[in-house]
Amino acid sequence: MLAKLLNEDTVRVLVECGEWKTALRAGGNLLVSKNYLKEEYIDAIIANHQKLGPYMVVAPGIVLAHARPEDGVLQLSLSLITLKYPVAFGNDINDPVALVITLGATDHNSHLEALVQLMELLMKKEDVEKIMNANHQEEVLQIIRQYSRVT
Amino acid sequence: MKILVCCGSGLGSSFMIELNIKKILQEMQVEAEVDHTDLSSAAAEKADIYVGTRDIAGQLLCLGGRVISLNSMIDITELREKLGVVLGVPVGKV
Repeated sequence: MLAKLLNEDTVRVLVECGEWKTALRAGGNLLVSKNYLKEEYIDAIIANHQKLGPYMVVAPGIVLAHARPEDGVLQLSLSLITLKYPVAFGNDINDPVALVITLGATDHNSHLEALVQLMELLMKKEDVEKIMNANHQEEVLQIIRQYSRVT
Repeated sequence: MKILVCCGSGLGSSFMIELNIKKILQEMQVEAEVDHTDLSSAAAEKADIYVGTRDIAGQLLCLGGRVISLNSMIDITELREKLGVVLGVPVGKV
């Protein structure tokens, strides 16, 4: 499931972004260009971040960016980008962010299976570090495949 | 006992924390109902313990239950310690 969503189209490494907003746009745009998300979904993510604070920075160096299904999700989707230069998201404990994961969920349930597999990956420090240090997309995809199962 | 995990939208992070809480409760052999929701619905749901990441935990304080504030939502050690304190289960016993 995880590898179905995170694939050659939706994973990028060493993306150059000057600040948190461009990092969120870079992650979201991968899914907008595939027609999985509407452009306004990214606006909603940015607005959420401004309204609720940097709660989406879920762990050191990792942001799980998402808004709500009604904010413009066309298809269940995930993207993952690593940043060449980590950027501050305003979360003093978990900054700077080097890994931006964007989630587009269509309802409250269909994404949970992929999220379980994603979390197993995120909880494995060595593999997160390998992803953050990867120079090629294929290195990241290889790790993702290890956590992907069909259930 | 009911434990409610809250995040900004109730879709992503709160579910991930819920999974870890269930895992820890099993280890501790503590029975509790665990659910996740978004911040705006949290006020309408009564719970004994509210769990949220640090930046939203402040908004859970007025809901009438105990509040656990997390720095990282994937750090199961932090969660185990903080949950242990609130539940009165010594960490060493787990």
